[in-house]
Parts: sequence; C-alpha cells; structure tokens
Amino acid sequence: MDLYEHMGKELFARYGISVPSGTVAENAGAAARATKELGGTSVVKVQVQVGGRGKGGGVVLADSPVGAAQAAEKMLAEGFQGMPVTRVLIEERLAIASEFYAAMLLDRSTGKYLAMVTAEGGMDIEELARTRPEALRRVEIDPLLGLRMYHLRDLTGALPADVRAGVADVLRLVNTLLTEQDATLVEINPLVRLQDGRIVALDAKVTIDDNALFRHPDLEELRSQFPIDEVEARAKEAGLQYVKLDGEVGIIGNGAGLVMSTLDVVAQAGARAANFLDIGGGASADTMATSLQVILSDPSVKAVLINIFGGITRCDLVAEGVLDALGRVKARVPIVVRLDGTNGEEGRRILTEAAHPRIVPASTMLEAARRAAELANDGEAA
Amino acid sequence: MSILVGPDTRLVVQGITGNEGTFHTLRNRAYGTNVVAGVTPGKGGQDVEGIHVFDTVAEAVAATAANTSMVFVPPRFAADAILEAADAGIELVVCITEGIPARDMAGVHSYLRGTGTTLVGPNCPGVISPGEANVGIIPGEICEPGRVGLVSRSGTLVYQIVHELTQRGIGQSTCVGMGGDPVHGIGFIESLELFEADPGTDLVVLTGEIGGDDEERAAAYIGERVKKPVVGYIAGFEAPPGKRMGHAGAIVTGSRGTAAAKAEALEAVGVKVGRTPTEVAELVAGALA
Repeated sequence: MDLYEHMGKELFARYGISVPSGTVAENAGAAARATKELGGTSVVKVQVQVGGRGKGGGVVLADSPVGAAQAAEKMLAEGFQGMPVTRVLIEERLAIASEFYAAMLLDRSTGKYLAMVTAEGGMDIEELARTRPEALRRVEIDPLLGLRMYHLRDLTGALPADVRAGVADVLRLVNTLLTEQDATLVEINPLVRLQDGRIVALDAKVTIDDNALFRHPDLEELRSQFPIDEVEARAKEAGLQYVKLDGEVGIIGNGAGLVMSTLDVVAQAGARAANFLDIGGGASADTMATSLQVILSDPSVKAVLINIFGGITRCDLVAEGVLDALGRVKARVPIVVRLDGTNGEEGRRILTEAAHPRIVPASTMLEAARRAAELANDGEAA
Repeated sequence: MSILVGPDTRLVVQGITGNEGTFHTLRNRAYGTNVVAGVTPGKGGQDVEGIHVFDTVAEAVAATAANTSMVFVPPRFAADAILEAADAGIELVVCITEGIPARDMAGVHSYLRGTGTTLVGPNCPGVISPGEANVGIIPGEICEPGRVGLVSRSGTLVYQIVHELTQRGIGQSTCVGMGGDPVHGIGFIESLELFEADPGTDLVVLTGEIGGDDEERAAAYIGERVKKPVVGYIAGFEAPPGKRMGHAGAIVTGSRGTAAAKAEALEAVGVKVGRTPTEVAELVAGALA
C-alpha cells in the first residue's frame, strides 16, 4: 500500500524525522487559510500515489493565499495524470542550502534491506545511478543483524562533513520506522539541509507491505481514504481482483498469471481486454455471478471470455456456476467459456447441453481467445 | 529422475489438521507421495486418516525420519513454521501459505543461508515429479512422467503449460512452482542449476511474468552456465503498467520489469520465448525433435 506524502510525513514526525510544517486541504478555501497561517506563502503539493509530481505540475510555489487557493482549486478539479485528487498538502516554504537523496527498501533480488544515499539530490536519481553509480552509496542490511554503525559511516561518507551526523540520525530513524511499520520502501527525495543547518525531509514516499497490515490496524484504516472506482470497489468487496482496462473483451480467469496470459492471447487474436479479473481459487456460482455483473456493467464490453483452468477447481462446478449466474444476470453480449483441466470434459458437456443462447463453449485457450476477439469485433461493427 | 522431490521424499505436513492441509495431504498421498507425519501444535497424538500428528517438527523427524516438509500454516505463524522445520534438520521446505509479511520472510531467508535447508515458496503451488511424488497443490492428473523440467512464478500458468505439454505427449521430470512473493526460496537460477545437473531432464521451460528482475538475472545465468535448451514464456505484455512511487526500485533492478524487456533478455541468450502457452509447447516439441 502506497501512502500519500502527508501520511508518510505523519509517520516521519512520529519517529522524530523533521518535516516542514503543513496542513492537508480538501478545498481552495482551506488552502488559502493554511497559507495565511504559514505567513502568506506556501508550497501546494498534490496528494497522489504516484511519483513524478515535480515535473508534472503537482508542486506549486504560492506567493499568497489567493495563489495557493488557485493552485489547489486547479489540482482538485483537474486531477493528476488521470487520477482523481481529493486533497493537497499546504507546507511552509523553507530556505534550502543543499539537497540529498536517501532511501531504504526491501531488495527482492537479495532478500535483504538496502540503504542508498547520495549527496547529489535534486537531479535525476535514476540517471545518476546509471551514469555515475559511484556517486550513490549503497549498503546491504541483513534483516537479522539490522543497521550497524559502520553502515551509517559508509552511507554518509560522501556527504559534506557537517551534515553526516544529522543524516545518519535520519537514516537510523528511517530504519526503525521501516522495521516497526513493515514498510518495504521509504524514500526521501530530497532530504535537505536548511540554511540554519537543520536536516529536513521535504518529501516522503512510503510503501507498506499489504501482507503485514494485520499488524498495523491504524495503517489499514488509511486505505479507506484512497479514491477507488465504484466498479473496482464492488469487485473488491466480493474478494475479486479487478482492474479496468480500455479494450472491449471482458475477461474472467483463475490465477493472476493465467489472467495476464489471457490478456496477451486476446491481444494477439486482434482484440483488447476490457479488464483484468482474477476470481482466485474458487469459482462458485456466487463468485461467477458477481464477476459477470461487474464486467457487464462496463458499457465498452462487446464480448466476455471466461478462461478457467481447473486444478483444484472442478470444471463441472464452474459450468454449473456459470449457468446459475446467467439465471441471475442478464447477458447482453456473447460469453465464450473455455473450461479445461480437472473434469473439463464434463464441464463442457454441461454447457453444451444447456444450449444457452449467449454461451459459446471452447476447449482451448487459443480457440477461446480467437472466438471472443471475433465476436467483440463483430459487436463493434454492429 | 527428478529434482527436489521424488521416491526418497519422506513428507511431514505442518498444519495438517486444517481444512486445506488435510485435503492436499490426502491428495498428495493418493498420488503416491510418502507422507510420514503431520504437525499441529497442541494436537500431538491425533491422526489424520492414519497419518500420525506430532506437536513439533523435531518430534516428527525423530520418530519418522521425515526429510521434507510442506507448510499449510496461516500467514502470521508461517515464518515460525519454516524456521522450526530448518532447526529440526528438514532438507526441503515447501511453503504453500499465501500472505506472509515480507519482513518475516526476509529474516527467514537470511537465517536459512546458514543451514542445509532449501525453501520453495511461499505463496506457491509446490513441486511435483510426475509418477514419483507430489508435494503441494499442483493437480497430478494433468502431469505425465517425462524429461522436460519446468519452473514458474505463477501457479495457474504452471497448470496451463504442463497441460499443453502433456496434451502433446511431452512428459515432465519435475515442475517447480517457485511462487511470486518478493522474498522467496529457490528461484529460476537455483532451479536451472538443479535441472542442468539432473540426468533425467533434457530441456527446461521457464515461465515468468512482469515485475522484479528474476527473469533478467535468469537470462544472465543461462548465458553463462546452462547448456541444456531452455524455452521461455512471459505473461503480462498487455498488463496495465504499475504505478510507480519512487525511484529506488528502478535503481536497484536497473529495469522497468516489463514483459518485453524480460523476453528480450531471454532471447538475447538464445532462449526461444513462446508468445502463448500453446506456442511454448510447440517450441518444446521442436527443440526435442
């Protein structure tokens, strides 16, 4: 779960990492009031779960409460890179002397934590890592031994001498936060030294491990604050993994890998998937009915492809589930059903015998994808 | 011949008394796996369809000489279960459990390096050596004994590709579902190393998907060390691009984790990459002909 910047900064403050004074605003008036309280100027920062805000116009320096109100109004009305925006962060403007970069994350290629620091903050960090990797100090941290003193000396060794102790303190606190809160990423870009010498985190990117949220009910609670598409919300409630895409073939499958593969095969057959929907292990009539409801509520869907590989799931039960679901949901488009694996033959027989006018049985994934693509393209023409 | 599991496997199931644990234990036994014991803390002395249940793995090992464990313990206790198996001297732990916190797994990963225990998973479908032993939830019916090794990150894709192979009369030596969690046990490289050394395997199928850089690293390893032919498959060409928060992930992997980048890396070292599971089976058939 990616936190909004202001949530990350609230965590930082709790752990003693200095952040700018700031207030969350949900409308232009609140943005103006907050700016007034900060002495008449502020930084207005859009709150979204993606990076690239600086370059994309998501951070605006406001010279007056009116300026802040206008910037906030624009962000709230227009969204950011296609994402809805419900809040902005209004922060004090600070006199910056120099900028650094610091990050700590779980490195999936080693299974260890990795800390990275560079003195050259404020520039393109990925470019720096490629062209001058020596400018980026990296230290691997064994999860059982934790962060050691020599790690901190190594990480801060390339920084100006008078900030090393201050940055080391921040890194120590980040490490505590990372482990205690089950974060898989904490990135501060930039970490700055102010003209008065203080070390302050100007930004906060924090990712919390979804699997560990049971240990952090307070963080789990934050989830409800992220805007979510109405259809996606309904799917989520039913325990389905649904992502809206912009094609015309509705997809239902079991297992993320197989569903991804289905999207690819449909694309090769000349159509595009309207969604990603993984029903997971079970394929009961209830699950199938909810899945069909979710998919058919998308007006761009011209055909549906149900691709089930029965492992533990039995295809005869899936077939009955599909028929039962179609008794409850009106099918406005053709539905290609591919059943294979455990009891596949029996499942296909059940579908053939039912002779439902909307169901098109198929026995292989390729055949099913081709049929669905054809039907979707015909539907388009009609 | 096979890798990881086979006729010498003596299986203890941790979490045997839960619904899933019991169901799959019995399926594995029916397939021919030598299931020697179960473990559920507090239920020592009971039995599950004739399989004796112990309170601890150490007791199970002492009484039955179990050498392999399958873990069906709930996520919050699963890391503990893996460590317990390692301390009891179990050689191979196959962890099926989904949803274990990454920090717990990072600790387990670090600890296991100092032991003789190999981990497969977590969040994986397990390992099957067709005709010999099945440890996990891969349906045995779709497999066929043979000489093609398979290793995959995704569970249902294992089924799909195994099925395509079997339909063409191409059997498998061992199928490894390594699981898709960020911190996991053996991966592509370790599996390739085992298959390369296995006289019963002639060709390896590697099934990857978007995200991370496991496939890119496997490609580098294949270029340097693998003599046997490898056929690849990558799922997710059409998957929506993930939102990116910071730069740190990209700095670490030097990659964007896209399907195209992974397929390119594999093709650059001579791996034929199928665009559909069906084409993978065709490429395998072609390479074996």
